[in-house]
Amino acid sequence: MYALVDGNNFYVSCERVFRPSLQGRPVIVLSNNDGCAIARSNEAKALGIAMGAPWFQIRHTLPDAGVVALSANFTLYGDMSNRMMAIAAGLGPGQEIYSIDESFIDLSTMRGDLVARSHRVRERILQWTGIPTGIGIGATKTLAKLANHVAKTADRKPGSYPIEFARVCNLSALPASDLEAVFAATALGEVWGIGRRIGAQLQEAGLKSVLDVVRLDPAMVRGRWSVVLERTVRELQGQQCIGFDDEAPAKKEIASTRSFGQPVTQLADLIEAVSQFASRAAEKLRRQESRAGQVLCFIRTSPFRRDDKQYSRSVTVPLRRPTADTAALVQAAVQGAKAIFKPGFNYAKAGVMLLDLQDASVEQQELALDEAPPDRSALMETMDRLNERYGRGSIALASTGKSNGQRTWTMKQSLKTPEYTTRWTDVPRVLA
Amino acid sequence: MYSIPPLAAVARVEPVALALPVVEGKLRAGFPSPADDFAIRRQDLNDLLITHPLATFYWQVSGQSMVEAGIGDGDLLVVNRAITPMHRHIVVAQVDGDFTVKYLFKRSGRIKLTTANPTFPEITFKEGQQLIICGVVTAAIKRFVK
Repeated sequence: MYALVDGNNFYVSCERVFRPSLQGRPVIVLSNNDGCAIARSNEAKALGIAMGAPWFQIRHTLPDAGVVALSANFTLYGDMSNRMMAIAAGLGPGQEIYSIDESFIDLSTMRGDLVARSHRVRERILQWTGIPTGIGIGATKTLAKLANHVAKTADRKPGSYPIEFARVCNLSALPASDLEAVFAATALGEVWGIGRRIGAQLQEAGLKSVLDVVRLDPAMVRGRWSVVLERTVRELQGQQCIGFDDEAPAKKEIASTRSFGQPVTQLADLIEAVSQFASRAAEKLRRQESRAGQVLCFIRTSPFRRDDKQYSRSVTVPLRRPTADTAALVQAAVQGAKAIFKPGFNYAKAGVMLLDLQDASVEQQELALDEAPPDRSALMETMDRLNERYGRGSIALASTGKSNGQRTWTMKQSLKTPEYTTRWTDVPRVLA
Repeated sequence: MYSIPPLAAVARVEPVALALPVVEGKLRAGFPSPADDFAIRRQDLNDLLITHPLATFYWQVSGQSMVEAGIGDGDLLVVNRAITPMHRHIVVAQVDGDFTVKYLFKRSGRIKLTTANPTFPEITFKEGQQLIICGVVTAAIKRFVK
């Protein structure tokens, strides 16, 4: 038995905790560099603003709707997420943090009224942090996710589902006929694991609602579609196929990518940017105690600037041996950037991805063809701690550029709110 | 419902070091544990001021209406959202899209926000108007020399 606890319109909710005037207004949060909408309040959804809608397009089509657009404030969201997750963990003995605003709770050993218990945890998260959540309970992760969708939708759109499912919905407690009614009222696209492409294929085959899919024979699904869809069907039928990890699994890759505030044309600027991305990625890598075997570096121009000559290239630089050493990773990223840079283009985005990750505790022994580089893990640890204590970028490799110098590639975040909960100078004001 | 979290969970603000060390460990009859001699931890203002780190937020005061309650312009408020607001608590509330700090008056079915400084008006609510309380003020931090 699982519960999925999920923050409602999480980024918008975080902003509203510290700006009550945003209550009841259409609010959207924009991605890095003020690109497109990555979170929408219910009011913004009602206006028809789509997820991922580019800001420069919707800015002009919605002049009088009073839409408030904000730049993403990930520092704030990270802190609020941390608080929410810690309280949600009280729902059951195991928690798997699935994303910044979602976590699965293992309820298999819990006894008593799970719905009442979930309501209490939901109320506590709301009172303690100001973040509204929805909680879905089901026999499998896929059912818990579906129950979560029902809990949120019943709350937001009265009449969509029975009102008693609002905010907390336990699908495992329903009689078969009620469960079928919920399945029949739910579109296929809402099911975890059914993407747009598979969804369209199923529609073509005449399958419209979740109920149609639940009734399929799993073996037939595997033959006609895929093992992945078979797993989803089995999960919907109540058979556990997706396991529970107490801790978020180590990521298979780590990415650090950004769009530039303004076009970058010089190799020197690009090297500076790529060095910083690699440094940030290296920090993340060390935090999850992994090493990377490959460094991917990419640069590209903007497809939205039609008059510009377009160029996009990436390169993967293999490392002599897997490492978490910032200097080695930055060196590889810079080497990659130099290899793919071509003068004469307006570069709009670059990124570094660390691939081929492996646990730092597993070191492959090999015939010593060359001398092993000096162990600099103590230096790296010191660097991470100094940056944690004195602020990001306090200590960095020289190629990342001066911290107070004008960087031409710094992110554009014109609409960002203060870091209310993580900086003393950004504490909100209260009138007395 | 409102449990006190273990010390390890206390959010670190600025480490504040005071002079007197405190010895941890319970006072017992009989032989003292030799380990207690080494378990010394300095006093930490976080232990004193923050009982619910997950539910604790800070606001900075702007204005004079609560001066008589000891809350002055520029003070930093420690606000605990985990405490259920009661009559005479000092609370941070949302009024007309702004935050305000006032006394909560909650008696005989009437709810209003009152000031400590009588020259400022109290805030009353009409039928159907909702009062949203963000949390209970548990401490005000004043600094004299920075």
